[in-house]
Amino acid sequence: MDTSLAADPGPEIPPARWSGVDPMMPRPFTVKRVRKELADTFTLELEPADGGGPIRFQPGQFNMLYAYGVGEVPISISSDPDDPSVVAHTTRFVGSVTEALVHTRIGSLIGVRGPFGTHWPVEIAQGEDVAFIAGGIGLAPLRPAIYRVLSERQKYGNVVIFYGARTPEDLLFRKELQSWRSRFDINVHVTVDRATGRWNGRVGFVTQLIRGGGFDRHSSVAFICGPELMMRYSIQKLQEHGLGNDRIFISMERNMKCAVGFCGHCQLGSQFVCKDGPVYRFDNIEDYFSIWEL
Amino acid sequence: MVKVEGLETLMEEHPFFEGFNQEALDLLAGCATNAKFDAGTVFIREGDKADMFYLIRHGTVAQEIRVPGRDPLVVETLSEGDLLGWSWIVPPYRWTFDCRAVELVRALGMDAACLRAKCEQDHSLGYLFYQHMVPIIARRLWAVRMRLLDIYAPAPKPKL
Amino acid sequence: MVSRKGKTNGDAAAAAGAGTMERAVIDRDGLDALIAALQDDGYQVTGPAVRDGAIVPGRLATGADLPMGWTDSQSGGHYRLEQGDPDRMFDYVVGPQSWKASLYPAEQLLFTARRGEHGFTVDEPRIDAPRLAFFGVRPCDLAAIRTLDTVFEGGPFTDTRYQVRREGVFIVAVNCARSADTCFCASMGTGPKAAGGYDLALTEITAEGRTRFLIEAGSERARPILANLPQQPAGAKDVEAAETAVAKAAKAQTRAMVPEVEALLKRNLESPHWDQVGKRCLNCSNCTLVCPTCFCSTVEDRTSLDGHEAERRRRWDSCFTMDFSYVHGGSIRRESSSRYRQWMTHKLATWHDQFGMSGCVGCGRCIAWCPVGIDITEEARAIADSEGRK
Repeated sequence: MDTSLAADPGPEIPPARWSGVDPMMPRPFTVKRVRKELADTFTLELEPADGGGPIRFQPGQFNMLYAYGVGEVPISISSDPDDPSVVAHTTRFVGSVTEALVHTRIGSLIGVRGPFGTHWPVEIAQGEDVAFIAGGIGLAPLRPAIYRVLSERQKYGNVVIFYGARTPEDLLFRKELQSWRSRFDINVHVTVDRATGRWNGRVGFVTQLIRGGGFDRHSSVAFICGPELMMRYSIQKLQEHGLGNDRIFISMERNMKCAVGFCGHCQLGSQFVCKDGPVYRFDNIEDYFSIWEL
Repeated sequence: MVKVEGLETLMEEHPFFEGFNQEALDLLAGCATNAKFDAGTVFIREGDKADMFYLIRHGTVAQEIRVPGRDPLVVETLSEGDLLGWSWIVPPYRWTFDCRAVELVRALGMDAACLRAKCEQDHSLGYLFYQHMVPIIARRLWAVRMRLLDIYAPAPKPKL
Repeated sequence: MVSRKGKTNGDAAAAAGAGTMERAVIDRDGLDALIAALQDDGYQVTGPAVRDGAIVPGRLATGADLPMGWTDSQSGGHYRLEQGDPDRMFDYVVGPQSWKASLYPAEQLLFTARRGEHGFTVDEPRIDAPRLAFFGVRPCDLAAIRTLDTVFEGGPFTDTRYQVRREGVFIVAVNCARSADTCFCASMGTGPKAAGGYDLALTEITAEGRTRFLIEAGSERARPILANLPQQPAGAKDVEAAETAVAKAAKAQTRAMVPEVEALLKRNLESPHWDQVGKRCLNCSNCTLVCPTCFCSTVEDRTSLDGHEAERRRRWDSCFTMDFSYVHGGSIRRESSSRYRQWMTHKLATWHDQFGMSGCVGCGRCIAWCPVGIDITEEARAIADSEGRK
């Protein structure tokens, strides 16, 4: 692929750092709010209960959330990185821990470890166009990056969001999508897999939005989050569009028990997704994508 | 009849005709018309004779299926730059979906009988045409298959 | 790779190698005296002991607890203790248990949580790790300890539990004068002679029907201990006898890892050979349990019946289980072949990317303790051979 026109996207994603005392010990956080987003998706807003400082995180990082006695799950942070007063996590309730979390009452405590992992390096896209490509619940880990870019909107070229969901009822952060769409300085394209005639938006696979463009073929940076399949094909479309693999960032999901590289569960080839990821510049893990069951 | 020169420009601008030579464009221009559909218009009905196809220049079209007692089911939407309709090359040349203009739609309409005749007469033109059609059909089919996978749905509970 | 400040073995050993090393020759009484000296210094001495028909690390009260006269017979899927030369002290090699269990217990309590009026409180248990002296650490296991140090202390995060146990461990290494059929440390560059990382190293030498031990200090703190042992000066003959003994052990090794195995495996991730070994592998995870460097773990959350108390435990886990790679909906590595590939390529290839070293030290435990005798060196060779056939 010819990326000779592309400017150097800058340094690699900086490695995750840890300043905490013992990364294996959870901190108590108070549940400030449980917001039901969709039929099976909720947002948990938390604030520290130990008198300690707020969690300072970068877009795309995740926390390990502990439901008392039930267990712990990795969940990416979905709130604004520049508003540390609250830290929010948006997830589906699908397993025993997330079921327990969705049923926590306001004011009760949960344990939090984090933040962990690499982040969406939106800063390297300054002066260039930015494409966010989200599938389903994948919009949640991207939202902090969108906030960050919008907070310094003037530093970026065109900003475009491509979002694919299952049905119109499954569109996450719908109100926010609408408010972003109403801005003059950002393009929001939404498509769903299936709909009835009541839906006046697009029906099609998310990759079909990418052809519409709205971002420069060469000097753009794309951030993709969604099911692995969706990311795989979105990458293909971006490549067809002319974007180099060093300008494409994705977020990987693997089993995680410790989040600090000790438990070994999240390995993807040489990578510990918990600390070397979850956000990767695609050319760094490209080779692993074609190998089955790696 | 609309002036042919204007249509040729519109044709050249449409991504579908990328890679067509001038000779082919001149030949095809004779089959083209300008089309405009107001928002809400159902301009194609399932089962009707497919005597046209469209190259959308602006706006969104919903391809739908009507089901008694339910809202119409949207199979797919098409918009600017898309090709709408290939029933005209598949006997018995009947539309398989309803098409509704979701918003104001401007398109190039191509006369199917005229096109079929020209392709029949001039096989290299026919080949060129099919060369442009088949990838579109393949990509569209691929995207439908992707949607069929329902990848955003929660994973089924594992069997233990 | 890793800086281990405050610990003596690494740098001191390197310095010792530069010619300032102290040596002596001791006999069996010297071993007794050494164990007593370590105990006097407050160490709990752990060393080879016969248990359940195998040599495993056990608590040593005196030198008499050492399994004298034993040797082992090992091959693919086979381990037996046998009577050997009754005068020899260290003619067995490694058994199923490594030092891993002492530094990184198979199950550890991470925290306890207690339900209170407003939620719960979390308490971290204190680790009352005794000061340990590892007696009789083989060079391959020494390399394994270095490997674990890198895993748990060498990255951006430090496992404080490991750190607490590891801190100050006194290591008495034993160079191997005999190899089992399963040994391949020579090809991994980890043995049969320890290259450093110990406080004291012993080599058993038999001359004129007398068994004695060449003892070498590898750290500052080992010098006074060595100085106080009943000893004789080490002559050139003794040093030569020790060299000959380990050279003989190296030469006797029948197994070897193929050269450049890291690159070999990385370019063969989709070799059809994985299916073949996957069919033989029972996914029992024995190899990961006996491996001295396998560090993967899982956590288990429990509550008391009334829900007032909860705890989290961390347990050894194995990449051979289906659960290991589970993500909502299913496991990533569904096939036995994928799980075997993960284990072997992690050990021999991706470990280099992660930790700058091999994850395999050539101890051969995975070969002996595999119930169907799968041999990691043979598998690597088969993949290398399959390239030749292409």
